[in-house]
Amino acid sequence: MSQDAPAATIARPDLVLHLPDIHCAACIASVEAALARLPGIREARVNLTRKRVHLCTDGLDADGVIDALAARGHRAQRLDTDLLAGRDSTGRDLILRIGVSGFAMMNVMLLSVAVWSGAAQATAQLFHLVSALIALPAVAYAARPFFASAARAVSAGRLNMDVPISLAIGLATLVSLLGALEGAERPGWFDAALALTFFLLIGRYLDHAGRQAARSAASELAALEAPQALRLQGGREEIVRAASLVEGDLIRVRPGDRVPADGVVRDGESDLDRSALTGESRPQPVAPGAEISAGETNLSGPLTVEVRRAGSDTRLRRLAELVAVAENQRSRHSGLADRAARIYAPVVHLLGAAAFLGWWWGTADGWRALDVAISVLVITCPCALGLAVPAVSTVTTGWLFRRGILVKSHTALERMSEIDMVVFDKTGTLTTGELVLAGDPPDAVLALAAGLAQASAHPLSRAIRAAAHARGLAPVPVERLRERPGRGVEGRHEGREVALGNPDWLGMKADHDETVVGLRDAQGATYALRFAETPRADAAASVARLRAEGYEVALLSGDAPGPVARLAAGLGIERFEARMSPEAKVDWLRARRAEGRRCLMVGDGLNDTGGLAESHASIAPGNALDAARNAADLVLLHDRLTAVSDALAMARVATRRMRQNIWLSVLYNAVSIPLALAGLATPWLAALAMSSSSLTVSLNAARRMR
Amino acid sequence: MNVLVILMPVSLFLGGLGLLGFLWTLRSQQYEDPDGDKARILNDRWDELPDDGGPVPRAPR
Repeated sequence: MSQDAPAATIARPDLVLHLPDIHCAACIASVEAALARLPGIREARVNLTRKRVHLCTDGLDADGVIDALAARGHRAQRLDTDLLAGRDSTGRDLILRIGVSGFAMMNVMLLSVAVWSGAAQATAQLFHLVSALIALPAVAYAARPFFASAARAVSAGRLNMDVPISLAIGLATLVSLLGALEGAERPGWFDAALALTFFLLIGRYLDHAGRQAARSAASELAALEAPQALRLQGGREEIVRAASLVEGDLIRVRPGDRVPADGVVRDGESDLDRSALTGESRPQPVAPGAEISAGETNLSGPLTVEVRRAGSDTRLRRLAELVAVAENQRSRHSGLADRAARIYAPVVHLLGAAAFLGWWWGTADGWRALDVAISVLVITCPCALGLAVPAVSTVTTGWLFRRGILVKSHTALERMSEIDMVVFDKTGTLTTGELVLAGDPPDAVLALAAGLAQASAHPLSRAIRAAAHARGLAPVPVERLRERPGRGVEGRHEGREVALGNPDWLGMKADHDETVVGLRDAQGATYALRFAETPRADAAASVARLRAEGYEVALLSGDAPGPVARLAAGLGIERFEARMSPEAKVDWLRARRAEGRRCLMVGDGLNDTGGLAESHASIAPGNALDAARNAADLVLLHDRLTAVSDALAMARVATRRMRQNIWLSVLYNAVSIPLALAGLATPWLAALAMSSSSLTVSLNAARRMR
Repeated sequence: MNVLVILMPVSLFLGGLGLLGFLWTLRSQQYEDPDGDKARILNDRWDELPDDGGPVPRAPR
């Protein structure tokens, strides 16, 4: 056994790293060998299933470990242990109950087969008593989740699926016990009670495991990018968790960093990418005194920021919490299984009661009547019904997960199958968020711009250099290059001042609909360089595929009308709205809902979270803000937009199969209920019907997907 | 039929053994990393657990 109790220490590691690339025995060996050689590590254990390594260290810094692994060719990222989902105790509890009920069921079944095949009198009674001895504790322990849930439902004055289940299990056990004690010749139902428990627990476990897998993957995504901040303390920089910042702290935000907290710029000038919050693709200049919010990205110059609000008080978080209210509304959507159960439970009770009364009135034999009633309850057992939906959703979410689509909500698949309209956000969803040079500036202009752009790491400068490189132009040499954060770059060319940057700074009249960079050349003439966003490589193909499959496609953006219209035209989207505030997006979706449309929202920014929560179903790309991923039903773990139509197609298949499964189990019941009502159902017939219907629905769920 | 008196406890005992085995695998966390365990079989190094003294250099077998 390789896993003899990894025990207390490694079960509670103080450092967890995510190793996205490991996949084989050699990787495990090389990672563990590399870590064993590192001083300060007491224990390291790779978990290949979760692609993680758990470390017990003597207060070691993650960076050193990550560097050591990088030297051996392994990419590693730190996972925030506080945000990881804890151990799954409910799942283990359910497995334990499955094990106990399975053991008891098999043993009792052995004894029952002996009785069915002819054991009589003293032998039969002995077998019944032994069965009772096994079944009573097993039922009492294994079926407790059903009893507890049924008790909760009844005390709240409701009926759920667990009420008939508990009634069938409890009555069958009780009546069989009385029979066994009396030595009566009536059939025993112990095996049926245990089989019922066993199959239903499996359904319950599948349901739970699917949800748990999604939840732990989602928390892993969150833990991967637990925001960190560079705090300035006595002239030194130290890395702290963003949540631990307090008002008045000074933090440094480097170019390329996401702002970790709300605050006011104290020092430095830069441009901020605010698209995650507003949807606007154009960078905004900031200078000392400007307010900035968590979630924005710093682009060009380093900033020193005084923290005003951090952690859960930031604007980002509070907006995200507002969304949670809208979330509740959708969680009231009841799944297929719930709707089936709501019809099913009263019917079963009525049938059971009718069978009891009918037989009592007909035969005046209370025991016989009770026996028939139990056989009705057991045979109408929702075994197959309990497996029908979870088996399908487990298979489907597993299939989608292997293709990088994370299903977070358990009714998401059913809602996805009802979609008739797909609504996209623009920046970061249909586009990469990166800007490229549009139009066709003269070579001389572009070469000079590229020469100036060399001084800057601003994304627009990078785009200019890339455009020049693509055209094979060498950047014109420019002397005395100076970057003026928030404004642009200036320098000297042919002995004269030249500059590249914000059109307002250069005294140009700019059209505020577009992203424009001004260039002033040595002669003092100005040129406007226009930029456009690049759509994702597969955006056009995905939109075309969605339209071909009969979905209407719409585009909602917070950006200016110009870029939105251009992108929509480029992708063939006819319905689009620009300058949408987050509230406007929600209103727009609400209006579509009122028209009876079922919208799927695909978005990544905070300005989309309201929409993600309001729409009938929602998808967020993996690079989306945490808030957006929380609000969405599905998260794409990679950046392929074609996954949207894959997910929609799978959802349709899955829902069709859930319906089939429900009808299959209804069919089984339709055949067996008349037999039970006629008093012809024997325990072995019940056992046969139960197992075969459960098997049928499981096989139907596991059938090849396409 | 007296043989049943012996056979039944025997069969229950054997079944119980299976159940205990299952509980043991569950308790010793053998379902935590199925992929890793599958791969570790191919590992030519000792896979012993380091005690508090830290990882022992692993000798090739």
